[in-house]
Amino acid sequence: MKVAIIGATSGIAQEVAKLYARDGATLFLVARDAARLDPVAADLRVRGAALVETFVTDLRSNHAEVAARAGEGIDVVLIAHGTLPDQRAVDRDPEAQREAFELNATSVIALTAHFANLLESAKHGTIAVIGSVAGDRGRRSNYVYGAAKAAVHAYCEGIRNRLAESNVSIVLIKPGWVSTPMTAGIKQNPLFASATSVASGIQSAIARRRTTVYVPGYWRWLSLVVRMLPGPLVKF
Amino acid sequence: MAHESWGKWIRSTPARVLYEPRFDDLILPYGLGRSYGDVCLNNGHTLLDTSRMSHLLAFDDETGVLTCEAGATLDDILQVLVPRGWFLPVTPGTKFVTVGGCIANDVHGKNHHRAGTFGRHVLSFELLRSDGARIHCTPTDDLFRATVGGLGLTGLILTAQVQLRRIESPAIVEERIPFRSLAEFESLSAASDATHEYTVAWLDTFRTRGLFIRGNHASSPRQIRRPARRSRKLPMAPVAPFLTRATVRALNTAYFHGTSRAHPKPVHYDPFFYPLDAIANWNSVYGRRGFLQYQFVIPEEQGMQPVAEILGRLKRAGSSLTVIKKFGALQSPGMLSFPRLGTTVSMDFAAGDELLPLLDQCDALVEAAGGSVYPAKDARMAPERFRRFFPQWEDFRRHTDPQFSSSFWRRVMQ
Repeated sequence: MKVAIIGATSGIAQEVAKLYARDGATLFLVARDAARLDPVAADLRVRGAALVETFVTDLRSNHAEVAARAGEGIDVVLIAHGTLPDQRAVDRDPEAQREAFELNATSVIALTAHFANLLESAKHGTIAVIGSVAGDRGRRSNYVYGAAKAAVHAYCEGIRNRLAESNVSIVLIKPGWVSTPMTAGIKQNPLFASATSVASGIQSAIARRRTTVYVPGYWRWLSLVVRMLPGPLVKF
Repeated sequence: MAHESWGKWIRSTPARVLYEPRFDDLILPYGLGRSYGDVCLNNGHTLLDTSRMSHLLAFDDETGVLTCEAGATLDDILQVLVPRGWFLPVTPGTKFVTVGGCIANDVHGKNHHRAGTFGRHVLSFELLRSDGARIHCTPTDDLFRATVGGLGLTGLILTAQVQLRRIESPAIVEERIPFRSLAEFESLSAASDATHEYTVAWLDTFRTRGLFIRGNHASSPRQIRRPARRSRKLPMAPVAPFLTRATVRALNTAYFHGTSRAHPKPVHYDPFFYPLDAIANWNSVYGRRGFLQYQFVIPEEQGMQPVAEILGRLKRAGSSLTVIKKFGALQSPGMLSFPRLGTTVSMDFAAGDELLPLLDQCDALVEAAGGSVYPAKDARMAPERFRRFFPQWEDFRRHTDPQFSSSFWRRVMQ
């Protein structure tokens, strides 16, 4: 099995990669920072990955090159890079909002588009994209991040129907709060899940070619409630 | 994650928690916070959480040498390497500790009489000092001997090389033999240390009886089932009020009668080494005030008399869990290492102010016998006592990094 992971140093991606490494997969890891990626790659080799290749690049560009370097025979692509802007810090900073949107939405869509073409011509494979429950409703506390994720959600929903004709699946993952470096600045609450439990949910969703999954599963219901709330009540 | 210590008795708030080193404030590396007192705390200053430096970097299947980052956990190492036929050279009673923590506290386990402390199996490590120097340390270096057992005060361990040991099976062939006096414990210990790699005894201090637990790695490949759920959190707050002297006494009696086993039986290594890990938050059973663990060692030449005397003094304090073991003669490599040839006892007590003078009296008995109290468990020993337990502290202090400190260190150096 060959798995390409974009944003391979992210907390969730590392845990997913460990599961594939344990299964003896070949891994192609893409990340921005070589100093962080090197120990991740070494770790996955120790854990049993058949082969680990790495590519260091700024994910705001070079999308075509990322897909080209991943090469042939890909079974699974996990697009996991992103950043959680501090909403209060970017509230009155349009430029910072645009940058956050570009990384969390534009680059995710561009990479998905390139990999979609690649897998479409091979008529094989699964692309898993990490969205977020934050994209289910625009909220005061994270609307920049949420807007980008909502764009990703709509994109995945649409391209899924195009790719279905070529036997390629799009799995949209919607995690809730996960204890990772990205959320280190948020006060933990009982709804926080560990990256390891979220990772096994992701791996099984990919294996079962699910369309959209909430991880952990209870977010499906929480999100439903939040989506049903009348607008004037959503002030949080 | 709250950055507290396992005993929860000492309240401490770091000024900040970093995930990458920066040396503009007194700093202390923090692993999984399983030390009981304040060696893992840095009240009012900086903690460096090592959870993002937890990668396994290399493993040689021929030699069993593992290279990993300091935040790598024993739990993770076991999950990856037991299926490939390798086990930790030494393991403490929980797998939720980091390699860096094992080195910094020079931890020991049930095989001390055969293998000595964890530090004896560390081949080398990279130490980052606050002046930016990265120093490769090997066992003959003074800085190695200062860092092993050095409570995180000599710099940040970045990576370490550890020698693992081969196993044929994840099973341990275990026996649990009842005994009814310290003399009986001693003779069981003397006999078993020659035949068994792992020995330890659980003690019911209410009646001076116990179970002598011994085991060896199963010598032939055999399948053994791992317990279904590895570790779970339970709601402890409703249980805490029921932890009284009477219930603790009854629980000890139930454990004595309920878990003895005369015949050797293969069990999975996990419940053998880590029975308490099954409940991820067992420390919360002591409620808000937390608990104190008291672990001391009495040198072999003093015999069992000082041990018996201390156990007698602490009897009315009602230890909920007491463990006793004979340390072997293998030299601990660290300047501040705790284990030495003799008898060690560890006891858990629900925290309480009335306990403190009692433990001070016990410290005096330990000192009179030429023994020592284990810093990794300590939250209350007097500074002058520490310095007499560890007369090497002055030599050690010359190797500490000026930017590294801890609540413990400031307490015992005042």
